[in-house]
Amino acid sequence: MKRVSTFGGSWVLLLPAIVLLVVVFLAPLVWFYIQSLSSIGTFSEIVEQFVAVLGSKAVLTALSNTNWISLLVTLLVLVLSYPLAYYLATHSDWRFSLILFCIVVPYFTSVIVRTYSWMILLGRNGLVNNLLLTLGVINEPLTLLYSKTGILIGMVYVLLPYMVLTLYASLKAIDPGLMRAARGLGANWWFAFTRVYFPLSLHGVVSGSLIVFILALGFFITPALMGGPSDVMLAMLVERAVEVTFDWASAAIMSLLLLVATLGLYAIYYRVTDLRRMMGG
Amino acid sequence: MMNDVVVTRSLNIYVAIAGVTLLAPIVIVTILAFGNQGYMRFPPEAYSLRWFETFFGDPRWQSALWSSTVIALIACVVSTLLGFFAAYAFVRSDVRGKKLLLSFMLLPLIVPHVITAIAMYFMSGPFKLVGNVFWIGICHACIALPIVLLILLSALQNVDINLERAALSLGSSRFGVFTKVVVPLALPGIISAALFAFLASFDELVISLFLSGVKSETLPVRIWNSLHLQVEPVIAAVSAFLIGVTGFILLLDTLLRQLRVAQK
Repeated sequence: MKRVSTFGGSWVLLLPAIVLLVVVFLAPLVWFYIQSLSSIGTFSEIVEQFVAVLGSKAVLTALSNTNWISLLVTLLVLVLSYPLAYYLATHSDWRFSLILFCIVVPYFTSVIVRTYSWMILLGRNGLVNNLLLTLGVINEPLTLLYSKTGILIGMVYVLLPYMVLTLYASLKAIDPGLMRAARGLGANWWFAFTRVYFPLSLHGVVSGSLIVFILALGFFITPALMGGPSDVMLAMLVERAVEVTFDWASAAIMSLLLLVATLGLYAIYYRVTDLRRMMGG
Repeated sequence: MMNDVVVTRSLNIYVAIAGVTLLAPIVIVTILAFGNQGYMRFPPEAYSLRWFETFFGDPRWQSALWSSTVIALIACVVSTLLGFFAAYAFVRSDVRGKKLLLSFMLLPLIVPHVITAIAMYFMSGPFKLVGNVFWIGICHACIALPIVLLILLSALQNVDINLERAALSLGSSRFGVFTKVVVPLALPGIISAALFAFLASFDELVISLFLSGVKSETLPVRIWNSLHLQVEPVIAAVSAFLIGVTGFILLLDTLLRQLRVAQK
């Protein structure tokens, strides 16, 4: 069987997709940075502008917001997702299908629709406040929307499925017999979980956290709609620079920062993960 | 053991609550869409199709629906076609640096959409492409391509290479192998990929926001604009419609999956 003559030329089939990405995705990015940075002036002027933009109060606030919100969201998503992934990995009957359904339906629903749904629920007279008031948990409506709380709830909701599906893939590969063996040898549930099961799932924990953090860094829709006036994230600042102030140079500098951070983390992700499992596939 | 019962029970309770919480926002919006009132109070006092009539009757919403559909169809066809060829090449050849190449091709999922959108917008201006539905479709194809690739990589893995060899040795041309062996065997996967590519474009907001201009606003862009100015009650109906499209595509995908399992 002559393998080369049969399938050897198939790399040519990659070309159309590569051309599409290079022309429509990569070239605009490169062109955008070259044009808007060179429009600033000489190299030293560019550096000056960099220092000015990245040192400005608005950018520093947005940077720390972006950083903290992304970290907090990642942590919350991890804690909330782990039991769900564990449940999925340890069940295979209708209960598995039901819980998977609850995760997959939001996952494939438009982000703007998911954000809008939470805006309705979290409003001053929304269902959540009404429920808490009726139950007597609170005496007056909480400010859930247009605040950091709103951003956190919205982002956790949007990003949770990525984590659950990534974790599930990794938990599914753990031999359930190991947990039973540890128990049989006298370990209590907590000991067996923390010493045997959890360490084996670390790979999934790291992959899932990385992908969620990467996506959170560049988040735009949810914080723009659910955050208060002071809760500005970096991606929102970039959008405003282009749409409101037409300040392409600042947009380029701020977005470059975001892009470098994202690509840096993606490089780590690349090393620790099988890319084919990226979206939990 | 007592301990185990407690763990299992709390896990069950947590999973039940989480499952309900995950579905609740989507279910509630859908129910609100069938409400009769002009404000978003749950549960609605009376039910009607009023907001769906507004949605399907308003020429501006109609044109948004039309733009969204055309753009998503272009993105779907382009990304599925190119993605299928690329996925086949990935599965069947031993190109060096395959993983690196794949990581490049998945970049559109990773690079924040705001950045991609601004760069595409920057490029579109001089070429007068802002508002051009074909161009937006092509841009969306870049975003949909990684999704198509991921789905087809796993689907094509299941196509036995020996079937292709057999067809070749029996005198089929390479084109024949492709159209008569590979495509039919991978068809459920290809349709799945096309469905999710369509959905990715149909639901995409950020790139459309920059590229659509005034005349080719898509549904998500119109929702976005409405949420920024004043929230019209018709948004619930539009959301329910988008949820319906998602539900329909997930249903089709489930059926296709069963087909794939049955094939094995």
